[in-house]
Amino acid sequence: MLLGLAAPSILIIIAVIMIPLGWLFYLSLIGKGGEFSLVNYQKMIEYKSYARVYLTTFEVSFLTTLVCILIGYPLAYFLAQLPQRMAGIFMLTVLLPFWTSLLVRTYAWLVLLQKKGLLNEFAIQIGLWETPVKLVHNMTGTLIGMAHIMLPFLVLPLYGAMRRIEPDLMRAAANLGAKPVQVFWKVFFPMSLPGMVAGSLIVFVLCLGFYVTPAVLGGGRVVMVATQITAILENQFNWGAASALGVVLLIATLIILYLAGRLLKLDNILFGRN
Amino acid sequence: MIDSSKALPIVIRGLTKKYGSLYALDSVDLDVSSGEFLTLLGPSGSGKTTLLMAIAGFNRPDSGSIRFGDTEMILAPPHRREVGMVFQNYALFPHMTVAENIAFPLKLRRIGSKESRQRVDEALSTVQLSDLGGRRIDQLSGGQMQRVALARAFVFRPRILLMDEPLSALDKKLREQMQIELKQLHRKLGVTTVYVTHDQREALTMSDRIAVINHGRFEQIETPQAIYNAPANPFVADFIGESAMLPMKRNSSGDLFYQDLLIASDYSELSDEEWLLVIRPERLFAVQDSTPASDQTIIFTGVITEFVYQGETAFALVSISDQHNLSIRFGTDSSGSQNLMRTGDTLRLGLKRSETIIIPKPST
Repeated sequence: MLLGLAAPSILIIIAVIMIPLGWLFYLSLIGKGGEFSLVNYQKMIEYKSYARVYLTTFEVSFLTTLVCILIGYPLAYFLAQLPQRMAGIFMLTVLLPFWTSLLVRTYAWLVLLQKKGLLNEFAIQIGLWETPVKLVHNMTGTLIGMAHIMLPFLVLPLYGAMRRIEPDLMRAAANLGAKPVQVFWKVFFPMSLPGMVAGSLIVFVLCLGFYVTPAVLGGGRVVMVATQITAILENQFNWGAASALGVVLLIATLIILYLAGRLLKLDNILFGRN
Repeated sequence: MIDSSKALPIVIRGLTKKYGSLYALDSVDLDVSSGEFLTLLGPSGSGKTTLLMAIAGFNRPDSGSIRFGDTEMILAPPHRREVGMVFQNYALFPHMTVAENIAFPLKLRRIGSKESRQRVDEALSTVQLSDLGGRRIDQLSGGQMQRVALARAFVFRPRILLMDEPLSALDKKLREQMQIELKQLHRKLGVTTVYVTHDQREALTMSDRIAVINHGRFEQIETPQAIYNAPANPFVADFIGESAMLPMKRNSSGDLFYQDLLIASDYSELSDEEWLLVIRPERLFAVQDSTPASDQTIIFTGVITEFVYQGETAFALVSISDQHNLSIRFGTDSSGSQNLMRTGDTLRLGLKRSETIIIPKPST
């Protein structure tokens, strides 16, 4: 009965996810002449440039996740200490950019970071550095922009996990003789880990398929898989090669999630089992 | 048999804690002697938890002094106070096993792993959980969590133990069993214990002394017997046990009357004009129609308005005047006279003059 009620959503999932995904697999196995072949995958092994694209993709995703953790953990911690209402107001400042267009935010960073941009002029004026520093059209710019866009995906689950830690646990630890630093590392931090892992995985996986920000802020120097796929489609109109790139990324992502799951007991974290 | 290696006295003087303009604690004085089991009893918002938290160091009072033995502790952070504490919701660390939870305070004190293991085992056997050291916290029942929290609180041999309504989450049967176990444990450890509860029966069962607290002040600090038999004021009389209170007037020769009924003589030494007679339901007894009032016995006459059977006892609500009801409690043996009682019957109630509790009525 209840399964019957779920039927429409199952149909939608089949229609918009399963069928296109199957189509993607199918396309990746079609050669230029329309024949069935593995030529698309062969090319990916033959040309070193493909490997470099994947390496860049994972590097950018990993570094973005790292930057998000370094900024997001203290931020979430700060928010979790505030009274609920105050935290709500501060949380808005994290979420507000979330509601503006991705493109707008990315171009805003371009304006801020470019050679004659706000940041460079300000830094030179206060004497931080003397000649304009290249902050955009490279890895730095890409990381800044991506970390900014991804931050809420880390902060939200992390903040939720921190809020769920009972204050009495910290008191108990202090009562049992733990100094404030020990209370943090022995009780608070381990208990916030599930939230951090969940948030990090979301950020990492989202980064893998990111297109707009690396394309604009990377200035062609940071080529990720999504960028490469576009290039292949625009320049060669080669659906087979593009699909193969997507399939490999998908499989690599699944392998990473599987390994992370084995390592971190992910199903506990994502599905709330302890 | 005070053993200062096991227990420390607590001396509290003039402790005041304000939240905004509200006094959570209003210049409170309290002495808990070495090895004593003292219960802070009061309704919610009375300040009992605030006081406990001040002793543990979790809030900073505005003024006053808290000494453990001869050491002033008012400014000491919680981790330096060396007091064990059992929290209301147990506060067990969910990312550690039972044994790791109990070993936590030992690890912080850099106690070697061999001794630590030995003491954890000892603590586990004291709370009768010897086989559960490897369990995760979410695999425990409420009663088991309670015991683990207890073991963790005393394993590092604190000389003061604090408990914040530790049994409130347990069902009635388990709670009564744990009350007795806690008492036995206290006797065994000999540690000074401050126990917070809002359950008057629990306080009567467990305590050496009870400190009744209300609106941030102590109403009475006494043994359970003294609190029950000689409440200091209407609040204590009402909060502890069941009681009816009848207003009394004093005549010129110092005799106290409830309406026309002489209750007691010779109350001329105090200036109070108005007094209250506190009557516990189990102190009343039904008397025959023919029995007259005497030097020993006061007799009230009323009509039964309610009769309630409760298993081991039964009680009747008896209206003795337009404004006042008395309740009377009987044992329920099969031959008992209560079998004959019906709503609407007239009943004569006897009260021994030696059992009267008489307190001044506070001027309002």
